Amino acid sequence: MLVSQQQKLQEEIRALVARHGRTRAALMPVLQELQEKYASITDFAMQVVADELGIHPSEVYGVVSFYAFLHHEPKGRFQIRLCQTISCDLAGKARVAKQLENELGIAFGETTPDGRFSLEWASCLGMCDQGPALLVNDRVYTRVTAEQAHRIIEECRSVFGAHATQAAHA
Amino acid sequence: MQPSDSRKTPLTFDTIEPGSGLAAALAKSRADIIGEVSASNLKGRGGAGFPTGTKWNLAAAARVHGEAAKYVICNADEGEPGTFKDRVLLTAYADLVFEGMTIAARAIGATRGLLYLRGEYVYLRPHLEAVLDRRRKAGQLGADILGTPGFEFDIEIRMGAGAYVCGEETALIESLEGHRGEPRNRPPFPVNTGFMGQPTVVNNVETLASVTAIFAKGAAWFRGIGTEKSSGFKLFSVSGDCDAPGVYEFPLGITIAELLERVGGTGAKAVQVGGASGQAVPASQFGRRIAFEDLATGGSIIVFGPGRDMLHVAKNFMEFFVEESCGQCTPCRAGNAKLLEGIERLERGACSSAYLNELVRLCETMQVASKCGLGQSSPNAFLSIVTNFQDEILGRTPADR
Repeated sequence: MLVSQQQKLQEEIRALVARHGRTRAALMPVLQELQEKYASITDFAMQVVADELGIHPSEVYGVVSFYAFLHHEPKGRFQIRLCQTISCDLAGKARVAKQLENELGIAFGETTPDGRFSLEWASCLGMCDQGPALLVNDRVYTRVTAEQAHRIIEECRSVFGAHATQAAHA
Repeated sequence: MQPSDSRKTPLTFDTIEPGSGLAAALAKSRADIIGEVSASNLKGRGGAGFPTGTKWNLAAAARVHGEAAKYVICNADEGEPGTFKDRVLLTAYADLVFEGMTIAARAIGATRGLLYLRGEYVYLRPHLEAVLDRRRKAGQLGADILGTPGFEFDIEIRMGAGAYVCGEETALIESLEGHRGEPRNRPPFPVNTGFMGQPTVVNNVETLASVTAIFAKGAAWFRGIGTEKSSGFKLFSVSGDCDAPGVYEFPLGITIAELLERVGGTGAKAVQVGGASGQAVPASQFGRRIAFEDLATGGSIIVFGPGRDMLHVAKNFMEFFVEESCGQCTPCRAGNAKLLEGIERLERGACSSAYLNELVRLCETMQVASKCGLGQSSPNAFLSIVTNFQDEILGRTPADR
């Protein structure tokens, strides 16, 4: 990371800490905002957060590594999380999963080489009456069929396309 | 497709005018508020079934440490597989939930409330913030609520981040405090030593909405619904092999057979009551009642049709627990992984009865020795399938897969 980018991130984290409070209880909200903006939380970001909150960076890493929605390793701009739990399983999640892999050319747990899409399993999304369900970032799709996999991915590319390009250049 | 409305029956919550419950509660003394909740016999709707009045009473009596305050936390970390009624409540009846929190705050003397919303429901957050804003403007949150001198209370929304275990109240508190969601030893219980070490009430979303309904319509009305030990109505999240999956309201004490009739699930071979941590009830036991005295549940009902492979079901649940165990205590961390291995062995048709008995003994160890409800209840699904569907799981050949 360039020094100027590091400084920018540092200032951003300071602002986040100022807003959420310089307490340990502010750790999750701060990390969640970083996650949302950058799709992962880097070593450098964790060190700055630790310095700002006066805790050891390993404490921050412990928290980041614990929660499924916080990521240390880089993830795609669009994180597709397909529910793998029982009701969505009974409703046919396996074929949706297969087709998502076919469309993106990656397996679950991987990110496309262009950094746009990550494919992940999720535990119960609370859409059990309308499965199979998946989340694309914070957007929910229900009653997904294998046929719709392509359309959902295209929707990401077009609807959020401008946003994605900006982020990639930021 | 975009999510559709899950409600399949009219809900009692439709008939509760927002504001009426809070107004009725604020007309009472603190002791009488708790007395009313106790008289209603309301028990926790998250599944554990602890009497709400007792919990409030303990928190009201607890001493605050230093100059800080007491807290009311709404547990909106709905993560039990097959459960989605809290999503419906937060979408359509958020006022009743916040009102229940406000009544709880009045009862125990809390000044701050936190709603811990599961990360998967982040799309509900703007809606919930808007409801909170409206309530602040209407004088239902903030200082001197509804003209009650000295009654100050406000609510903040905090997000979870995809950890099932954070639905356990002490893990939830750990998470709010900025730690890994690892459950604490209990006692001390949160009513004495909760968020930031202060007395804290943690209630489920539906429990809090039910409190509001109780104050709007009276404890006697609530107690008149359901059975003697299980008062009131309950929301059920129904999914799986039935004609009309969705959210239903029934009085507690309904039998599984009656429920299946209503949801279009007759002919099922088994029903999972209580989600992954509950049990698979076979058709021969469909006369059993859903109530705290028989089958207690947070409301998750998953219907398995005649063609379903129960070993596949058990495997899905065990994969869930292996993924969601926090890893802190050994019985749960290692036990769930061992049970999953056992299921894979059964799948291959390579499990002796002696080994299956070993697995059952491991289940018993986990139930006794795990630190929190996750590890104590994760063997339930496996045990109920071993007990009720033994002919389906032993001696499998490739054709059975």
